[in-house]
Amino acid sequence: MKPARLPAALWLSSGLLLALLYLLPHSAGLFAWLFPEVERPLYTQDSFASLVLAHLLLVLASSLIAVLGGVAAGLLASRPAGREFRPLLDSVLAISQALPPVAVLAIAAPLIGFGEWPALIALVLYGLLPVTQGTLAGLASVPDSVLEVARGLGMGRWRILWQVELPLAAPVLLAGVRTSVVINIGTAAIASTVGARTLGLPIIVGLSGFNTAYVLQGALLVALLAIVADQCFDWLAHRLSPHVGVEH
Amino acid sequence: MTMLELKAVNKFFNGWQAVADVDLQVAAGELAVLIGTSGSGKSTTLKMINRLIEPDSGSIRLAGEDIRSQPPEVLRRRIGYAIQSVGLFPHWTVEQNIAAVPSLLKWPKARIRERVVELLELLHLPAAQFLARYPHQLSGGQQQRVGVARALAADPEVLLMDEPFGALDPVTRGTLQQELLRIQALSGKTIVLVTHDIDEALLLGQRIVLMDKGRVVQQGSAQDFLLHPASDFVRDFVGQSDVGVRLLGLDTVASRMRPLQPVSGEPIAASATLREALSAFVARRVSSLPVIDAQGQPAGVLHFADLLPVAA
Repeated sequence: MKPARLPAALWLSSGLLLALLYLLPHSAGLFAWLFPEVERPLYTQDSFASLVLAHLLLVLASSLIAVLGGVAAGLLASRPAGREFRPLLDSVLAISQALPPVAVLAIAAPLIGFGEWPALIALVLYGLLPVTQGTLAGLASVPDSVLEVARGLGMGRWRILWQVELPLAAPVLLAGVRTSVVINIGTAAIASTVGARTLGLPIIVGLSGFNTAYVLQGALLVALLAIVADQCFDWLAHRLSPHVGVEH
Repeated sequence: MTMLELKAVNKFFNGWQAVADVDLQVAAGELAVLIGTSGSGKSTTLKMINRLIEPDSGSIRLAGEDIRSQPPEVLRRRIGYAIQSVGLFPHWTVEQNIAAVPSLLKWPKARIRERVVELLELLHLPAAQFLARYPHQLSGGQQQRVGVARALAADPEVLLMDEPFGALDPVTRGTLQQELLRIQALSGKTIVLVTHDIDEALLLGQRIVLMDKGRVVQQGSAQDFLLHPASDFVRDFVGQSDVGVRLLGLDTVASRMRPLQPVSGEPIAASATLREALSAFVARRVSSLPVIDAQGQPAGVLHFADLLPVAA
Protein backbone atom coordinates (compact mmCIF):
# COMPACT_ATOMS: atom_id res chain seq x y z
CA MET A 1 0.00 0.00 0.00
CA LYS A 2 1.18 3.50 -0.74
CA PRO A 3 1.43 5.91 2.19
CA ALA A 4 -1.66 8.06 2.68
CA ARG A 5 0.38 11.23 2.33
CA LEU A 6 -1.40 14.26 0.97
CA PRO A 7 0.34 15.81 -2.01
CA ALA A 8 1.94 19.24 -1.71
CA ALA A 9 -0.50 20.81 -4.18
CA LEU A 10 -3.42 19.85 -1.96
CA TRP A 11 -1.70 21.25 1.14
CA LEU A 12 -0.87 24.45 -0.69
CA SER A 13 -4.33 25.07 -2.14
CA SER A 14 -6.24 24.26 1.04
CA GLY A 15 -3.76 26.31 3.08
CA LEU A 16 -4.32 29.23 0.75
CA LEU A 17 -8.08 28.89 1.08
CA LEU A 18 -7.94 28.89 4.88
CA ALA A 19 -5.51 31.82 4.91
CA LEU A 20 -7.77 33.75 2.55
CA LEU A 21 -10.81 33.04 4.74
CA TYR A 22 -8.94 34.33 7.78
CA LEU A 23 -7.38 37.37 6.10
CA LEU A 24 -10.28 38.63 3.93
CA PRO A 25 -12.30 40.14 6.80
CA HIS A 26 -9.19 42.12 7.76
CA SER A 27 -8.34 43.30 4.28
CA ALA A 28 -10.62 46.34 3.94
CA GLY A 29 -7.54 48.53 3.75
CA LEU A 30 -5.96 46.51 0.97
CA PHE A 31 -9.10 46.57 -1.20
CA ALA A 32 -9.64 50.29 -0.48
CA TRP A 33 -6.13 50.85 -1.85
CA LEU A 34 -6.68 48.53 -4.83
CA PHE A 35 -10.09 49.97 -5.74
CA PRO A 36 -10.07 53.61 -4.56
CA GLU A 37 -13.22 54.45 -6.59
CA VAL A 38 -15.33 51.87 -4.66
CA GLU A 39 -17.24 53.23 -1.66
CA ARG A 40 -17.38 50.04 0.43
CA PRO A 41 -14.46 47.87 -0.73
CA LEU A 42 -15.15 44.83 1.53
CA TYR A 43 -18.22 42.58 1.30
CA THR A 44 -19.65 42.43 4.82
CA GLN A 45 -23.34 41.49 4.38
CA ASP A 46 -22.42 37.87 5.17
CA SER A 47 -19.29 36.38 6.67
CA PHE A 48 -17.16 34.69 4.02
CA ALA A 49 -16.89 31.57 6.19
CA SER A 50 -20.66 31.17 6.30
CA LEU A 51 -20.86 31.67 2.54
CA VAL A 52 -18.18 29.01 1.95
CA LEU A 53 -20.12 26.68 4.22
CA ALA A 54 -23.42 27.32 2.46
CA HIS A 55 -21.72 26.95 -0.92
CA LEU A 56 -20.11 23.66 0.09
CA LEU A 57 -23.38 22.38 1.53
CA LEU A 58 -25.23 23.08 -1.71
CA VAL A 59 -22.47 21.43 -3.78
CA LEU A 60 -22.25 18.45 -1.45
CA ALA A 61 -26.01 17.87 -1.43
CA SER A 62 -26.38 18.22 -5.18
CA SER A 63 -23.27 16.16 -5.92
CA LEU A 64 -24.38 13.39 -3.59
CA ILE A 65 -27.70 13.12 -5.37
CA ALA A 66 -26.03 13.43 -8.77
CA VAL A 67 -23.50 10.71 -7.95
CA LEU A 68 -26.12 8.31 -6.63
CA GLY A 69 -28.45 8.97 -9.54
CA GLY A 70 -25.72 9.02 -12.17
CA VAL A 71 -24.09 5.79 -11.00
CA ALA A 72 -27.49 4.12 -10.77
CA ALA A 73 -28.42 5.24 -14.30
CA GLY A 74 -25.06 4.10 -15.64
CA LEU A 75 -25.33 0.72 -13.91
CA LEU A 76 -28.86 0.22 -15.12
CA ALA A 77 -28.03 1.01 -18.73
CA SER A 78 -25.03 -1.33 -18.68
CA ARG A 79 -26.94 -4.37 -17.36
CA PRO A 80 -28.44 -6.79 -19.90
CA ALA A 81 -31.94 -5.89 -18.68
CA GLY A 82 -31.41 -2.14 -19.13
CA ARG A 83 -29.48 -2.29 -22.36
CA GLU A 84 -32.42 -1.09 -24.44
CA PHE A 85 -32.40 2.18 -22.48
CA ARG A 86 -28.85 2.83 -23.50
CA PRO A 87 -29.58 4.71 -26.77
CA LEU A 88 -32.19 6.86 -24.99
CA LEU A 89 -29.80 7.64 -22.16
CA ASP A 90 -27.02 8.42 -24.61
CA SER A 91 -29.10 10.97 -26.50
CA VAL A 92 -30.42 12.58 -23.29
CA LEU A 93 -26.82 12.87 -22.10
CA ALA A 94 -25.68 14.36 -25.39
CA ILE A 95 -28.46 16.96 -25.41
CA SER A 96 -28.01 17.93 -21.76
CA GLN A 97 -24.26 18.18 -22.14
CA ALA A 98 -24.79 20.74 -24.87
CA LEU A 99 -26.69 23.04 -22.49
CA PRO A 100 -24.48 25.48 -20.59
CA PRO A 101 -25.03 25.47 -16.80
CA VAL A 102 -26.45 28.98 -16.89
CA ALA A 103 -29.14 27.82 -19.27
CA VAL A 104 -30.13 25.01 -16.91
CA LEU A 105 -30.54 27.57 -14.11
CA ALA A 106 -32.46 29.93 -16.36
CA ILE A 107 -34.89 27.15 -17.20
CA ALA A 108 -35.18 25.90 -13.61
CA ALA A 109 -35.95 29.23 -11.90
CA PRO A 110 -39.21 30.13 -13.68
CA LEU A 111 -40.41 26.54 -13.31
CA ILE A 112 -39.66 26.04 -9.63
CA GLY A 113 -39.32 29.56 -8.29
CA PHE A 114 -36.44 31.25 -6.52
CA GLY A 115 -34.30 30.06 -3.59
CA GLU A 116 -32.19 27.01 -2.77
CA TRP A 117 -34.45 24.49 -4.48
CA PRO A 118 -34.10 25.52 -8.12
CA ALA A 119 -30.38 25.82 -7.51
CA LEU A 120 -30.25 22.31 -6.07
CA ILE A 121 -32.30 20.87 -8.91
CA ALA A 122 -30.27 22.62 -11.59
CA LEU A 123 -27.01 21.50 -9.98
CA VAL A 124 -28.22 17.90 -9.69
CA LEU A 125 -29.36 17.86 -13.31
CA TYR A 126 -26.13 19.26 -14.58
CA GLY A 127 -24.04 17.10 -12.28
CA LEU A 128 -25.76 13.87 -13.36
CA LEU A 129 -24.29 13.88 -16.84
CA PRO A 130 -20.57 13.53 -16.20
CA VAL A 131 -21.23 10.94 -13.50
CA THR A 132 -23.42 8.81 -15.77
CA GLN A 133 -20.93 9.06 -18.58
CA GLY A 134 -18.06 8.22 -16.26
CA THR A 135 -19.95 5.21 -14.95
CA LEU A 136 -20.76 3.95 -18.45
CA ALA A 137 -17.24 4.52 -19.74
CA GLY A 138 -15.74 2.98 -16.60
CA LEU A 139 -17.86 -0.16 -16.84
CA ALA A 140 -17.16 -0.43 -20.57
CA SER A 141 -13.43 -0.31 -19.84
CA VAL A 142 -13.56 -3.55 -17.83
CA PRO A 143 -12.05 -6.21 -20.15
CA ASP A 144 -14.49 -8.88 -21.34
CA SER A 145 -11.95 -11.58 -20.53
CA VAL A 146 -11.94 -10.53 -16.88
CA LEU A 147 -15.73 -10.70 -16.74
CA GLU A 148 -15.78 -14.07 -18.48
CA VAL A 149 -13.30 -15.51 -16.03
CA ALA A 150 -15.14 -14.00 -13.06
CA ARG A 151 -18.25 -15.85 -14.19
CA GLY A 152 -16.27 -18.97 -15.06
CA LEU A 153 -14.74 -19.13 -11.59
CA GLY A 154 -18.18 -19.11 -10.03
CA MET A 155 -18.70 -15.53 -8.88
CA GLY A 156 -22.30 -14.37 -8.63
CA ARG A 157 -23.64 -11.27 -10.38
CA TRP A 158 -23.50 -9.02 -7.33
CA ARG A 159 -20.08 -10.18 -6.35
CA ILE A 160 -18.80 -9.49 -9.87
CA LEU A 161 -20.32 -6.01 -9.70
CA TRP A 162 -18.86 -5.15 -6.29
CA GLN A 163 -15.52 -6.91 -6.44
CA VAL A 164 -14.63 -6.69 -10.10
CA GLU A 165 -16.63 -4.22 -12.18
CA LEU A 166 -16.92 -1.28 -9.80
CA PRO A 167 -13.31 -1.38 -8.55
CA LEU A 168 -12.05 -1.57 -12.14
CA ALA A 169 -14.45 1.13 -13.30
CA ALA A 170 -13.55 3.31 -10.31
CA PRO A 171 -10.79 5.46 -11.87
CA VAL A 172 -12.90 6.47 -14.88
CA LEU A 173 -16.05 6.75 -12.76
CA LEU A 174 -14.19 8.95 -10.32
CA ALA A 175 -13.03 11.17 -13.16
CA GLY A 176 -16.70 11.70 -14.01
CA VAL A 177 -17.51 12.58 -10.39
CA ARG A 178 -14.55 14.94 -10.34
CA THR A 179 -15.78 16.79 -13.42
CA SER A 180 -19.27 16.90 -11.97
CA VAL A 181 -18.21 18.32 -8.59
CA VAL A 182 -15.74 20.85 -9.97
CA ILE A 183 -18.29 22.12 -12.48
CA ASN A 184 -20.89 22.26 -9.73
CA ILE A 185 -18.66 24.41 -7.54
CA GLY A 186 -18.54 26.96 -10.32
CA THR A 187 -22.20 26.60 -11.24
CA ALA A 188 -23.27 26.96 -7.60
CA ALA A 189 -21.83 30.50 -7.70
CA ILE A 190 -24.12 31.35 -10.61
CA ALA A 191 -26.98 29.85 -8.59
CA SER A 192 -27.00 33.04 -6.52
CA THR A 193 -28.79 34.67 -9.45
CA VAL A 194 -31.82 32.55 -8.57
CA GLY A 195 -31.59 33.42 -4.90
CA ALA A 196 -29.43 30.68 -3.41
CA ARG A 197 -26.99 31.78 -0.71
CA THR A 198 -23.54 30.88 -2.06
CA LEU A 199 -20.16 32.42 -2.74
CA GLY A 200 -21.80 33.81 -5.86
CA LEU A 201 -23.54 36.47 -3.73
CA PRO A 202 -20.60 38.89 -3.51
CA ILE A 203 -20.05 38.36 -7.25
CA ILE A 204 -23.67 39.08 -8.22
CA VAL A 205 -23.97 42.01 -5.81
CA GLY A 206 -20.64 43.33 -7.02
CA LEU A 207 -21.60 43.01 -10.72
CA SER A 208 -24.93 44.76 -10.30
CA GLY A 209 -23.39 47.51 -8.16
CA PHE A 210 -20.22 48.02 -10.24
CA ASN A 211 -18.21 46.86 -7.19
CA THR A 212 -15.19 45.07 -8.65
CA ALA A 213 -13.78 44.43 -5.18
CA TYR A 214 -16.79 42.26 -4.25
CA VAL A 215 -16.49 40.34 -7.51
CA LEU A 216 -12.82 39.67 -6.88
CA GLN A 217 -13.42 38.49 -3.30
CA GLY A 218 -16.16 36.04 -4.34
CA ALA A 219 -14.31 34.82 -7.41
CA LEU A 220 -11.06 34.19 -5.50
CA LEU A 221 -12.84 31.98 -2.99
CA VAL A 222 -14.83 30.06 -5.60
CA ALA A 223 -11.74 29.44 -7.68
CA LEU A 224 -9.72 28.22 -4.70
CA LEU A 225 -12.58 26.00 -3.59
CA ALA A 226 -12.68 24.39 -7.03
CA ILE A 227 -8.92 23.87 -7.01
CA VAL A 228 -8.99 22.28 -3.55
CA ALA A 229 -11.79 19.93 -4.63
CA ASP A 230 -9.92 19.03 -7.80
CA GLN A 231 -6.76 18.28 -5.84
CA CYS A 232 -8.73 16.10 -3.42
CA PHE A 233 -9.98 14.01 -6.33
CA ASP A 234 -6.50 13.82 -7.79
CA TRP A 235 -5.25 12.38 -4.53
CA LEU A 236 -8.22 10.03 -4.26
CA ALA A 237 -7.70 8.76 -7.81
CA HIS A 238 -4.12 7.80 -6.99
CA ARG A 239 -5.18 6.08 -3.80
CA LEU A 240 -7.89 4.10 -5.59
CA SER A 241 -5.79 2.52 -8.29
CA PRO A 242 -2.62 0.99 -6.86
CA HIS A 243 -2.61 -1.57 -9.69
CA VAL A 244 -2.16 0.92 -12.50
CA GLY A 245 0.39 2.87 -10.51
CA VAL A 246 3.62 4.01 -12.11
CA GLU A 247 5.50 3.11 -8.94
CA HIS A 248 8.88 1.57 -9.55
CA MET B 1 -14.76 -43.93 -14.77
CA THR B 2 -16.37 -41.30 -16.95
CA MET B 3 -15.80 -37.84 -15.53
CA LEU B 4 -17.56 -35.89 -18.22
CA GLU B 5 -20.28 -37.02 -20.57
CA LEU B 6 -22.00 -34.99 -23.28
CA LYS B 7 -24.99 -36.58 -25.00
CA ALA B 8 -26.65 -35.26 -28.17
CA VAL B 9 -25.79 -31.66 -27.27
CA ASN B 10 -27.07 -28.94 -29.61
CA LYS B 11 -26.66 -25.19 -29.54
CA PHE B 12 -28.14 -22.60 -31.88
CA PHE B 13 -27.21 -18.93 -32.12
CA ASN B 14 -29.91 -16.95 -33.93
CA GLY B 15 -30.92 -19.97 -35.97
CA TRP B 16 -27.35 -20.90 -36.84
CA GLN B 17 -26.27 -24.23 -35.44
CA ALA B 18 -23.02 -23.80 -33.54
CA VAL B 19 -22.93 -27.26 -32.01
CA ALA B 20 -24.69 -30.22 -33.60
CA ASP B 21 -25.41 -33.50 -31.83
CA VAL B 22 -22.15 -33.67 -29.98
CA ASP B 23 -21.48 -36.85 -28.02
CA LEU B 24 -18.37 -36.87 -25.94
CA GLN B 25 -16.97 -38.88 -23.07
CA VAL B 26 -13.91 -37.91 -21.09
CA ALA B 27 -12.55 -40.43 -18.61
CA ALA B 28 -11.31 -39.35 -15.19
CA GLY B 29 -7.67 -38.32 -15.44
CA GLU B 30 -7.80 -37.98 -19.21
CA LEU B 31 -6.52 -34.98 -21.15
CA ALA B 32 -8.94 -34.39 -24.01
CA VAL B 33 -8.25 -31.82 -26.69
CA LEU B 34 -11.05 -30.22 -28.70
CA ILE B 35 -9.60 -29.02 -31.96
CA GLY B 36 -11.04 -27.31 -35.01
CA THR B 37 -10.98 -24.12 -37.02
CA SER B 38 -12.64 -21.00 -35.66
CA GLY B 39 -16.39 -21.39 -35.78
CA SER B 40 -16.17 -25.16 -35.46
CA GLY B 41 -18.05 -25.08 -32.16
CA LYS B 42 -15.15 -26.22 -29.98
CA SER B 43 -15.19 -23.20 -27.63
CA THR B 44 -18.98 -23.26 -27.43
CA THR B 45 -18.81 -26.93 -26.48
CA LEU B 46 -16.27 -26.13 -23.76
CA LYS B 47 -18.34 -23.27 -22.36
CA MET B 48 -21.43 -25.44 -22.15
CA ILE B 49 -19.57 -27.67 -19.68
CA ASN B 50 -19.38 -24.89 -17.08
CA ARG B 51 -22.67 -23.37 -18.20
CA LEU B 52 -21.23 -20.11 -19.48
CA ILE B 53 -23.41 -21.12 -22.43
CA GLU B 54 -26.56 -23.18 -21.93
CA PRO B 55 -27.19 -25.93 -24.50
CA ASP B 56 -30.52 -25.93 -26.34
CA SER B 57 -30.88 -29.69 -26.06
CA GLY B 58 -28.98 -32.72 -24.89
CA SER B 59 -27.49 -33.52 -21.52
CA ILE B 60 -24.13 -32.93 -19.87
CA ARG B 61 -23.02 -34.91 -16.85
CA LEU B 62 -20.13 -34.20 -14.54
CA ALA B 63 -19.08 -37.20 -12.42
CA GLY B 64 -22.40 -38.83 -13.23
CA GLU B 65 -24.44 -35.81 -12.12
CA ASP B 66 -26.46 -33.59 -14.46
CA ILE B 67 -24.77 -30.19 -14.44
CA ARG B 68 -28.17 -28.49 -14.19
CA SER B 69 -28.81 -30.09 -10.82
CA GLN B 70 -27.05 -27.24 -9.03
CA PRO B 71 -26.76 -23.47 -9.44
CA PRO B 72 -24.18 -22.49 -12.10
CA GLU B 73 -21.99 -20.68 -9.54
CA VAL B 74 -21.69 -23.82 -7.40
CA LEU B 75 -20.93 -25.95 -10.46
CA ARG B 76 -18.27 -23.53 -11.71
CA ARG B 77 -16.40 -23.62 -8.41
CA ARG B 78 -15.92 -27.37 -9.01
CA ILE B 79 -14.47 -26.72 -12.48
CA GLY B 80 -11.21 -24.93 -13.16
CA TYR B 81 -11.27 -22.40 -16.00
CA ALA B 82 -8.36 -20.83 -17.88
CA ILE B 83 -8.59 -18.81 -21.10
CA GLN B 84 -6.28 -17.41 -23.76
CA SER B 85 -6.43 -13.81 -22.59
CA VAL B 86 -5.90 -15.09 -19.02
CA GLY B 87 -8.27 -12.51 -17.53
CA LEU B 88 -6.36 -11.95 -14.30
CA PHE B 89 -8.10 -9.42 -12.06
CA PRO B 90 -5.82 -6.40 -12.57
CA HIS B 91 -6.67 -4.85 -9.21
CA TRP B 92 -5.82 -8.00 -7.27
CA THR B 93 -2.37 -9.31 -6.38
CA VAL B 94 -1.15 -12.67 -7.65
CA GLU B 95 -2.08 -14.15 -4.27
CA GLN B 96 -5.61 -12.72 -4.36
CA ASN B 97 -6.07 -13.90 -7.95
CA ILE B 98 -5.06 -17.47 -7.20
CA ALA B 99 -7.12 -17.44 -4.01
CA ALA B 100 -10.29 -16.40 -5.90
CA VAL B 101 -12.13 -19.72 -5.83
CA PRO B 102 -10.87 -20.92 -2.40
CA SER B 103 -12.12 -17.59 -1.02
CA LEU B 104 -15.51 -18.13 -2.66
CA LEU B 105 -15.57 -21.55 -1.02
CA LYS B 106 -14.71 -19.88 2.31
CA TRP B 107 -11.58 -21.88 3.01
CA PRO B 108 -9.74 -20.80 6.18
CA LYS B 109 -7.14 -18.10 5.52
CA ALA B 110 -4.16 -20.24 6.54
CA ARG B 111 -5.22 -23.04 4.19
CA ILE B 112 -5.66 -20.60 1.30
CA ARG B 113 -2.19 -19.14 1.83
CA GLU B 114 -0.70 -22.62 2.00
CA ARG B 115 -2.45 -23.64 -1.23
CA VAL B 116 -1.38 -20.47 -3.07
CA VAL B 117 2.26 -20.99 -2.11
CA GLU B 118 2.07 -24.64 -3.12
CA LEU B 119 0.64 -23.74 -6.55
CA LEU B 120 3.19 -21.00 -7.18
CA GLU B 121 5.96 -23.52 -6.47
CA LEU B 122 4.26 -26.05 -8.77
CA LEU B 123 4.30 -23.48 -11.58
CA HIS B 124 7.88 -22.38 -10.85
CA LEU B 125 7.02 -18.90 -9.61
CA PRO B 126 8.91 -18.29 -6.34
CA ALA B 127 6.20 -17.37 -3.84
CA ALA B 128 8.28 -14.83 -1.93
CA GLN B 129 8.78 -12.91 -5.15
CA PHE B 130 5.34 -13.18 -6.73
CA LEU B 131 2.67 -13.26 -4.00
CA ALA B 132 2.32 -9.50 -3.72
CA ARG B 133 2.78 -8.60 -7.39
CA TYR B 134 0.04 -7.19 -9.56
CA PRO B 135 -0.72 -8.74 -12.98
CA HIS B 136 0.72 -5.77 -14.91
CA GLN B 137 4.08 -6.52 -13.31
CA LEU B 138 4.22 -10.00 -14.89
CA SER B 139 5.29 -11.20 -18.33
CA GLY B 140 2.73 -12.91 -20.60
CA GLY B 141 4.03 -16.36 -19.70
CA GLN B 142 4.00 -15.58 -15.97
CA GLN B 143 0.44 -14.27 -16.26
CA GLN B 144 -0.70 -17.51 -17.88
CA ARG B 145 1.08 -19.50 -15.15
CA VAL B 146 -0.89 -17.54 -12.57
CA GLY B 147 -4.03 -18.12 -14.65
CA VAL B 148 -3.43 -21.86 -14.60
CA ALA B 149 -2.65 -21.76 -10.86
CA ARG B 150 -5.92 -19.89 -10.28
CA ALA B 151 -7.82 -22.50 -12.28
CA LEU B 152 -6.25 -25.30 -10.19
CA ALA B 153 -6.61 -23.50 -6.85
CA ALA B 154 -9.61 -25.26 -5.36
CA ASP B 155 -8.51 -28.66 -6.66
CA PRO B 156 -11.33 -28.82 -9.22
CA GLU B 157 -12.65 -32.09 -10.57
CA VAL B 158 -12.20 -30.92 -14.14
CA LEU B 159 -10.01 -28.26 -15.70
CA LEU B 160 -11.32 -26.43 -18.78
CA MET B 161 -8.76 -24.55 -20.87
CA ASP B 162 -9.75 -22.37 -23.82
CA GLU B 163 -6.66 -21.93 -26.03
CA PRO B 164 -4.61 -21.27 -22.90
CA PHE B 165 -1.29 -20.91 -24.72
CA GLY B 166 -2.53 -19.30 -27.91
CA ALA B 167 -1.25 -15.82 -27.16
CA LEU B 168 2.25 -16.85 -26.08
CA ASP B 169 5.47 -16.89 -28.07
CA PRO B 170 6.55 -20.35 -29.30
CA VAL B 171 9.26 -20.80 -26.67
CA THR B 172 7.02 -19.90 -23.73
CA ARG B 173 4.21 -21.95 -25.23
CA GLY B 174 6.46 -25.02 -25.50
CA THR B 175 7.56 -24.63 -21.87
CA LEU B 176 4.01 -24.27 -20.60
CA GLN B 177 2.82 -27.24 -22.67
CA GLN B 178 5.47 -29.38 -20.99
CA GLU B 179 4.44 -28.01 -17.59
CA LEU B 180 0.83 -28.84 -18.27
CA LEU B 181 1.80 -32.44 -19.10
CA ARG B 182 3.87 -32.55 -15.91
CA ILE B 183 1.04 -31.14 -13.78
CA GLN B 184 -1.43 -33.52 -15.33
CA ALA B 185 0.83 -36.52 -14.71
CA LEU B 186 1.33 -35.29 -11.14
CA SER B 187 -2.26 -34.51 -10.25
CA GLY B 188 -4.19 -36.86 -12.51
CA LYS B 189 -6.60 -34.04 -13.34
CA THR B 190 -9.24 -34.46 -15.99
CA ILE B 191 -8.54 -31.71 -18.51
CA VAL B 192 -10.48 -30.50 -21.54
CA LEU B 193 -8.40 -28.16 -23.66
CA VAL B 194 -9.48 -26.25 -26.75
CA THR B 195 -6.94 -25.37 -29.44
CA HIS B 196 -6.68 -24.78 -33.17
CA ASP B 197 -3.03 -25.87 -33.25
CA ILE B 198 -2.69 -29.47 -34.48
CA ASP B 199 0.81 -29.84 -33.05
CA GLU B 200 -0.46 -28.78 -29.63
CA ALA B 201 -3.28 -31.30 -29.93
CA LEU B 202 -0.92 -34.12 -30.97
CA LEU B 203 1.47 -33.25 -28.15
CA LEU B 204 -1.05 -32.88 -25.33
CA GLY B 205 -4.11 -34.88 -26.25
CA GLN B 206 -4.61 -38.40 -24.95
CA ARG B 207 -7.92 -38.10 -26.73
CA ILE B 208 -8.24 -35.70 -29.64
CA VAL B 209 -11.67 -34.57 -30.76
CA LEU B 210 -11.77 -32.84 -34.13
CA MET B 211 -14.80 -30.63 -34.73
CA ASP B 212 -16.05 -29.02 -37.91
CA LYS B 213 -19.23 -26.98 -38.40
CA GLY B 214 -20.43 -27.95 -34.93
CA ARG B 215 -20.01 -31.68 -35.40
CA VAL B 216 -17.44 -34.13 -34.12
CA VAL B 217 -15.63 -35.36 -37.23
CA GLN B 218 -13.26 -37.81 -35.58
CA GLN B 219 -12.03 -38.63 -32.12
CA GLY B 220 -9.22 -40.83 -30.98
CA SER B 221 -5.53 -40.90 -30.18
CA ALA B 222 -2.84 -38.99 -32.04
CA GLN B 223 -1.86 -42.21 -33.83
CA ASP B 224 -5.45 -42.72 -34.97
CA PHE B 225 -5.49 -39.25 -36.47
CA LEU B 226 -2.17 -39.62 -38.24
CA LEU B 227 -2.53 -43.21 -39.43
CA HIS B 228 -6.28 -43.55 -39.92
CA PRO B 229 -7.82 -40.19 -40.77
CA ALA B 230 -11.58 -40.64 -41.16
CA SER B 231 -11.96 -38.28 -44.10
CA ASP B 232 -10.14 -35.94 -46.44
CA PHE B 233 -10.99 -33.08 -44.10
CA VAL B 234 -9.16 -34.82 -41.25
CA ARG B 235 -6.26 -35.67 -43.54
CA ASP B 236 -5.94 -32.03 -44.56
CA PHE B 237 -6.30 -30.86 -41.00
CA VAL B 238 -3.46 -32.99 -39.66
CA GLY B 239 -1.34 -31.83 -42.55
CA GLN B 240 -0.97 -34.57 -45.14
CA SER B 241 2.63 -33.86 -46.10
CA ASP B 242 3.82 -33.69 -42.47
CA VAL B 243 2.17 -36.87 -41.24
CA GLY B 244 5.43 -38.81 -41.12
CA VAL B 245 7.25 -36.12 -39.21
CA ARG B 246 4.35 -35.69 -36.82
CA LEU B 247 4.25 -39.45 -36.20
CA LEU B 248 7.90 -39.25 -35.22
CA GLY B 249 6.89 -36.50 -32.78
CA LEU B 250 4.70 -38.94 -30.85
CA ASP B 251 7.50 -41.30 -29.79
CA THR B 252 10.63 -40.73 -27.78
CA VAL B 253 14.19 -41.70 -28.53
CA ALA B 254 14.05 -44.06 -25.54
CA SER B 255 11.42 -46.22 -27.26
CA ARG B 256 13.65 -47.00 -30.27
CA MET B 257 17.24 -46.86 -29.05
CA ARG B 258 19.47 -49.91 -28.98
CA PRO B 259 21.69 -51.13 -26.17
CA LEU B 260 24.95 -49.34 -25.64
CA GLN B 261 27.48 -49.37 -28.46
CA PRO B 262 30.37 -46.99 -28.59
CA VAL B 263 29.38 -44.13 -30.91
CA SER B 264 31.04 -40.77 -31.01
CA GLY B 265 29.42 -37.42 -31.50
CA GLU B 266 27.13 -35.06 -29.67
CA PRO B 267 24.52 -37.07 -27.70
CA ILE B 268 20.74 -36.70 -27.72
CA ALA B 269 18.49 -37.06 -24.66
CA ALA B 270 16.48 -40.26 -24.29
CA SER B 271 13.41 -38.14 -23.57
CA ALA B 272 13.68 -36.24 -26.87
CA THR B 273 11.11 -37.07 -29.55
CA LEU B 274 12.05 -39.00 -32.67
CA ARG B 275 11.18 -35.83 -34.56
CA GLU B 276 13.99 -34.05 -32.76
CA ALA B 277 16.25 -37.02 -33.46
CA LEU B 278 15.45 -36.80 -37.17
CA SER B 279 16.35 -33.15 -37.09
CA ALA B 280 19.63 -33.99 -35.34
CA PHE B 281 20.51 -36.68 -37.93
CA VAL B 282 19.97 -34.30 -40.80
CA ALA B 283 21.55 -31.25 -39.21
CA ARG B 284 24.64 -33.10 -38.04
CA ARG B 285 24.86 -35.29 -41.11
CA VAL B 286 25.31 -38.48 -39.10
CA SER B 287 23.56 -41.84 -39.28
CA SER B 288 23.82 -42.71 -35.59
CA LEU B 289 23.52 -40.75 -32.38
CA PRO B 290 24.67 -41.59 -28.85
CA VAL B 291 21.78 -41.37 -26.37
CA ILE B 292 22.08 -40.10 -22.79
CA ASP B 293 19.60 -40.45 -19.95
CA ALA B 294 18.25 -37.72 -17.67
CA GLN B 295 21.40 -37.97 -15.52
CA GLY B 296 23.61 -37.39 -18.54
CA GLN B 297 24.90 -40.98 -18.52
CA PRO B 298 25.25 -42.90 -21.81
CA ALA B 299 22.07 -44.93 -22.29
CA GLY B 300 22.26 -46.36 -25.78
CA VAL B 301 22.49 -45.53 -29.44
CA LEU B 302 19.96 -44.56 -32.09
CA HIS B 303 20.54 -45.38 -35.75
CA PHE B 304 18.86 -43.50 -38.56
CA ALA B 305 17.09 -46.69 -39.64
CA ASP B 306 15.54 -46.96 -36.16
CA LEU B 307 13.25 -44.09 -37.07
CA LEU B 308 11.23 -46.54 -39.13
CA PRO B 309 8.92 -48.55 -36.89
CA VAL B 310 9.45 -52.25 -36.79
CA ALA B 311 6.51 -53.92 -38.50
CA ALA B 312 4.13 -54.95 -35.76
